[in-house]
Amino acid sequence: MPINIIEKIEIKYLQIVNEKGEADSSLMPPLSNDEIKKLFETMILARTFNHRALSLQREGRIGTYASIWGQEASQIGSAYALDKDDWIFPSFRESGVFVEKGYPLWMLYRYWAGDERGMQIPEGFYLFPMSVPVGTHVPHATGAAWAMRLKGHRKVAAAYFGDGGSSKGDFYEGMNFAGVFKAPVIFLCQNNQWAISVPRARQTAAKTIAQKAAACGFEGIQVDGNDIFAVYKATKDAVEKAKNGGGPTLIECFTYRLDDHTTSDDASRYRTEEEVEVWKKKEPLIRLRLFMEKKGLWTKQYEDEVSKKAQETVDKEIQKAEAFAAPDPADIVRYTYGELTPRQKRELKEFGWEK
Amino acid sequence: MPWTKIYSNKEEFEKAAAGSTLRGITYKEAILEATSRMLEQDKSVFVIGEGVDDAGGVFGTTKNLHLKFGKDRVMDSPLAENGITGIAIGAAISGMRPILVHMRVDFLPLTLDQIINHAAKWHYMFGGKLSVPLVVRAIIGRGWGSAAQHSQSLPSLFTNIPGLRVLMPATPYDAKGLLRAAVYDGNPVIIIEHRWLYDHMGHVPEDDYTVPIGKGIVRREGKDATVVGISYMAYEAMRAAEALSKEGIETEVIDPRTVKPLDMGLIIESVKKTGRLVIADTGWKECSVGAEIVARIMEESCGILKAPVVRVNLPETPTPASPALEKAYYPGVDHIISAVKKTIQK
Repeated sequence: MPINIIEKIEIKYLQIVNEKGEADSSLMPPLSNDEIKKLFETMILARTFNHRALSLQREGRIGTYASIWGQEASQIGSAYALDKDDWIFPSFRESGVFVEKGYPLWMLYRYWAGDERGMQIPEGFYLFPMSVPVGTHVPHATGAAWAMRLKGHRKVAAAYFGDGGSSKGDFYEGMNFAGVFKAPVIFLCQNNQWAISVPRARQTAAKTIAQKAAACGFEGIQVDGNDIFAVYKATKDAVEKAKNGGGPTLIECFTYRLDDHTTSDDASRYRTEEEVEVWKKKEPLIRLRLFMEKKGLWTKQYEDEVSKKAQETVDKEIQKAEAFAAPDPADIVRYTYGELTPRQKRELKEFGWEK
Repeated sequence: MPWTKIYSNKEEFEKAAAGSTLRGITYKEAILEATSRMLEQDKSVFVIGEGVDDAGGVFGTTKNLHLKFGKDRVMDSPLAENGITGIAIGAAISGMRPILVHMRVDFLPLTLDQIINHAAKWHYMFGGKLSVPLVVRAIIGRGWGSAAQHSQSLPSLFTNIPGLRVLMPATPYDAKGLLRAAVYDGNPVIIIEHRWLYDHMGHVPEDDYTVPIGKGIVRREGKDATVVGISYMAYEAMRAAEALSKEGIETEVIDPRTVKPLDMGLIIESVKKTGRLVIADTGWKECSVGAEIVARIMEESCGILKAPVVRVNLPETPTPASPALEKAYYPGVDHIISAVKKTIQK
């Protein structure tokens, strides 16, 4: 008997705007000039938020912080493609997603200053709190997607996680279930090449992370994560597919973490400056700027104004965050259960937390 | 009340119920009925687990529900215990009330990350903005060579964790009422059932009702010693109490029904009266529910004991497979009788 090939897997790579800012118009998603400018301005705001967070950490005004520098296109392009009421399950490195969704920046600063109230998501935001445990929220997104299906809502859930998270069982189990039941979920892998000090090559022997979807019976695609248009288009297509009953998609945003893992890390101990320099030239804002300049949408003066406005916004938000009063000690037990247990009532008195 | 009574088998129940119009059903039927009613009444309830649509229906507790409610609401899942727990958590925080079923308690260790680090924490970490109305049912196996990896009773893995509730109903009435209470509690709840309870019968009203979480029950009154019998051990305690009664020793039997929170008030009141305490549990001794009961008596009412507490637990070793060894392994009525006598002799 001959040996037959019974399945072949092909993985697409999507890039729409190259490093010179040149676009493939046949692939370009229909975004208006105003929308393109909005994306640019959001990236500037996210970057401003990020750089100020790093300074605040150095000054001891917030705690450990995970920088998003270099990943703004992967975060903002994908978040922009999700509808306002699609549920998002972010990891801790998704401050850019929060910025794109208009989340109060002062709350984000509070969160990074070690205040859980910063992640008590206000009404009207379809964001779940950032997952600090790695990859464990991937099945939560699948479960939320399944809940939407049972409720008959035409919505999707999106899970953001990194290349490190893709080695977790939760990732595979969440994806496998979504494949079997065609749950409307988008798996957004932010492949930034480093999981703290572990390089991408140590996460998997597979050529791409995108191909892991094939084992779960649905499409995985790799996109240039520093090309905001590629990220946007891949996500938009996945959202449409999921909303039309076509099931999940895995999108691997191929990008790079330009900063240390967090402010508690020193990446110079495990990667070369040369490697970082190569990626600095490819970072997403340079490319969007070049593209917009060609279209007559960018001038230095425009960017200066956008940056100034972003600085002012961030300043005000930091003031607001720092003026926010410390929580009540009774909060320590208040939210463990829906209501206090008899033991907790006793402990409120014992510890002197009751007013 | 008729439904506070505990019967070891169908014959016992039928003898007691002779001439009465009260309905008797088995423990497994009680779970099936509670689940079916909630699926019927509430679109947010769904059942998920490995084999829930199997012909046997997880020992009869989910039998044929998929035919009535469809495979989307009674869903057989891929073999991925931690993953499906995460999926059920995701659905719960999105407004659903999932009932996740494991055929064995032994599968729960695979789910600990999702239960301990996520289900138990979301409500707390995010200031009450998210609740996790998740119910996890898991079954203690015994006999038929269930052995080391298919027979464990592990409530203590969860009783140590703030944010969780742990229920261990012993009667059909409580199985039905506590399952409903768990689904509508709003907090993540682990229900540990014992396989040997499934064919026990008792009075169960047809209407919907809940049994309050955190309230134990006196199954039998007595003045000489208190026996706390957890889950299946409540039955062994009742048998022991009957035998002891013939010797003139009157034992009070308490079934805590829920082990987190524990109804310590009820236990302390009983021990105040008897001064003697035996705790019969389905699991091992160290850091067990029994250990918690003893610690709480020491903390809250240390003077009420007239004799040292005696605990009846499994020996400190995994469950053997061989029927001969298994028979020797499990403590039962005789151990409880000896334990009560030991406390009285002191």
